[in-house]
Amino acid sequence: MGFRVGFTNPEVKEVVTYRFRDLLALEPLSAAELTFLLDQSKPFQEIQRHPLKKLATLRGKTVALAFFETSTRTRISFNTAASRLGADTMNLQAEASSLKKGETLLDTAFNLNAMKPDCLVMRHSASGAADYVAGRLDIPVINAGDGTHEHPSQGLLDALTIRDRKGTIENLNVTILGDLSHSRVARSNIHLLGKFGCRFTLCGPAMWVPRELENIAPGTAIRSVYKIEEAVEDADVIIMLRVQTERQHEASISANDYILGYQLNAERLKRAKPDALVLHPGPMNRGIEITPEVADGPQSCVLEQVTNGVAVRMAILYLLTAGEVEGGAAHPATQAVPGTPATHNRRATDRSTEQPISKGKDS
Amino acid sequence: MLLIKNGRVIDPASKTDAAMDVLLDGELVKELGAPGKFAPLKDAEIFDAVGMIVAPGFIDLHVHLREPGQESSETIETGTKSAARGGFTAVCCMPNTKPVHDNASITRFIVDKARMVGATRVWPIGAASIGSHGEAIAEIAAMKEAGIVAVSDDGKPIATARLTRLVMDYCRSLDLPVIEHSEDVSLAAGAVMREGVTSTRLGLRGMPAAAESVCVARDVQLAQLTGACLHVAHLSAKGSLEQVRAAKAQGLRVTCEVTPHHFTLIDEDVQYDSRFKMNPPLAARADREALIAGLADGAVDVIATDHAPHEPALKDVEFDRAPFGILGFETAIALTLEQLVQTRKISLARMVELFTTGPARVLGMERKLAAGQPADVTIFSTTHEWTYNVSDSPSKSRNSPFDGRTFKGAPMATIVAGRIKYRRQ
Repeated sequence: MGFRVGFTNPEVKEVVTYRFRDLLALEPLSAAELTFLLDQSKPFQEIQRHPLKKLATLRGKTVALAFFETSTRTRISFNTAASRLGADTMNLQAEASSLKKGETLLDTAFNLNAMKPDCLVMRHSASGAADYVAGRLDIPVINAGDGTHEHPSQGLLDALTIRDRKGTIENLNVTILGDLSHSRVARSNIHLLGKFGCRFTLCGPAMWVPRELENIAPGTAIRSVYKIEEAVEDADVIIMLRVQTERQHEASISANDYILGYQLNAERLKRAKPDALVLHPGPMNRGIEITPEVADGPQSCVLEQVTNGVAVRMAILYLLTAGEVEGGAAHPATQAVPGTPATHNRRATDRSTEQPISKGKDS
Repeated sequence: MLLIKNGRVIDPASKTDAAMDVLLDGELVKELGAPGKFAPLKDAEIFDAVGMIVAPGFIDLHVHLREPGQESSETIETGTKSAARGGFTAVCCMPNTKPVHDNASITRFIVDKARMVGATRVWPIGAASIGSHGEAIAEIAAMKEAGIVAVSDDGKPIATARLTRLVMDYCRSLDLPVIEHSEDVSLAAGAVMREGVTSTRLGLRGMPAAAESVCVARDVQLAQLTGACLHVAHLSAKGSLEQVRAAKAQGLRVTCEVTPHHFTLIDEDVQYDSRFKMNPPLAARADREALIAGLADGAVDVIATDHAPHEPALKDVEFDRAPFGILGFETAIALTLEQLVQTRKISLARMVELFTTGPARVLGMERKLAAGQPADVTIFSTTHEWTYNVSDSPSKSRNSPFDGRTFKGAPMATIVAGRIKYRRQ
């Protein structure tokens, strides 16, 4: 089976076809594929501004949301995205699952799949869990965060937010602050923005900033520093990571120490470029990693990120579950009349390039 | 009587490498002679080993047979069948069974069961501490009387330096080697692979190489203190090997083993596939190079498989949740040929040494092909081409990263106490 999506490349006025099965990670995607995903999100951003936000693009389709690890924002965002596309959802949350009764992840996934959803959105605390499940299911799997590996939709929504504000995501100085070692968001940011020539400065106490991170994306300039003043110097974008105060692992430092060393406040932000953006994947700890002044200031993008999250996830769900969609027909989000199913009949031209953009699956 | 004809005999103990025929009589070797010397013999079964290497029976110093207690993953019968298929004539089974093999009644159970159903000899290793809990010393003398050949708390290190010291002292008086799974468990806690760029990229928790080498440092110091025989199991890190080298240079009785997977694969091969998950985990490229150098120059004494079967239901889960360990028997000879001999890192004679006199020396035994010796013979080919299909294995488990790999060189026959226990068709 295949989930093919066509779009018109305005440069060559021809249809280029990418092959999508799953969205497991951003690391294997090319800059062109990532640009395509971001471009596909644009019309769905428009939808978020409409008074009536519901489309019928995925009417009759079912999206399974399996969150084996607690999540509020991402789950609601995917849920909202699915319903705005007209899809039905089935929800599995870890607390209510049979995992506690000893069922394996794979059996749970098989059981969900037996209810015939059209795709599976999953979050799991084990890195590689989405990859593992995707290799054994015949429906698309969308990784909504796996352990400390990747969080692809977050990486995309961050890039979309930056691109909207800056007009580009090329060659920016990007600083990521916080617990890098446990951050799937940071890894997805690096793998996406790195492909557009962004240079990264990673900053936090050394045990949160493993040196190996500098080499996870060959070709991308990544450096680690341990002083926030140095880290924000000349930054175009500052991505904050949540300090996990609720998760007391042995490498935690006290909130006081963190504030002293790494809190982003107005004074420190001044060292960045005047138009530097501040992003935070949420939920924020106001007064710990970020001061309210910065969080609510003009450079902060945190609420745009959330809005864009719905648009990005609509695009992902649309691309992976709409079925065979070929040709450069109108994007469903630009079809004004809600209730029109997306059918695109134009054939892809001979220039179609089919590339697997996911791993772990035959295509 | 069994006559092995036309083979090339490689026997490191007598420094033999020559075309010879080998005559076995009952459970013992009767005689070795020039090709054709024993023909024609009445009543002798003949094995034509033309084009093959005939060597003393290979010993696997580190295996898990899972019996008693985890028979759904392996039994003494299925495990030793797989061992025979891999060219091994004797295997040393680790004590992390359920219950832990920490007393003589379990030793006797294993020895008796092996005598009844074992395809190879089984030489049990007893626990160093009761329950391998690292608190109190096990009944080592009683287990020795029942047949153990070494002690170990394998699966984990002997918990404290003090207990390690006591076990070493005691084992020195009992003439038993102490086999150590060297791992600082606090450094390794929660880790599922080696710490490095790959673990960081995959978001899998890594244990640093130091998790192994700091424990090796502790144990080498204690071997010096006590004069005991310390054998470092499944050594995987360059830093650990350097310490073993230094200990040997000082004349300490310290030896070590390396597994085929550690000299074949590296951490970069891990891709969320639990067949690549074992402990110690696959190491860095530089570690692998150091291990190969050590195998060549004598710093490493033994190749042992750490055959660790886990039934599919246990292993087919998220990488984080899968148990550590992979199958080892049936690919050991082929991987050694592929990685070490065919690449000219070591000679065939050195290879045979690593599987025979090497492990025998750790156990304080002899291993040679000579008149009067046990008729244990491993016959292998350096040219036979084949594909390893794990589904053909007599093992109850399927957790091998080498499934589907094509090899040049294979075990051809395994003879234990004069009887052909495995013969490649």
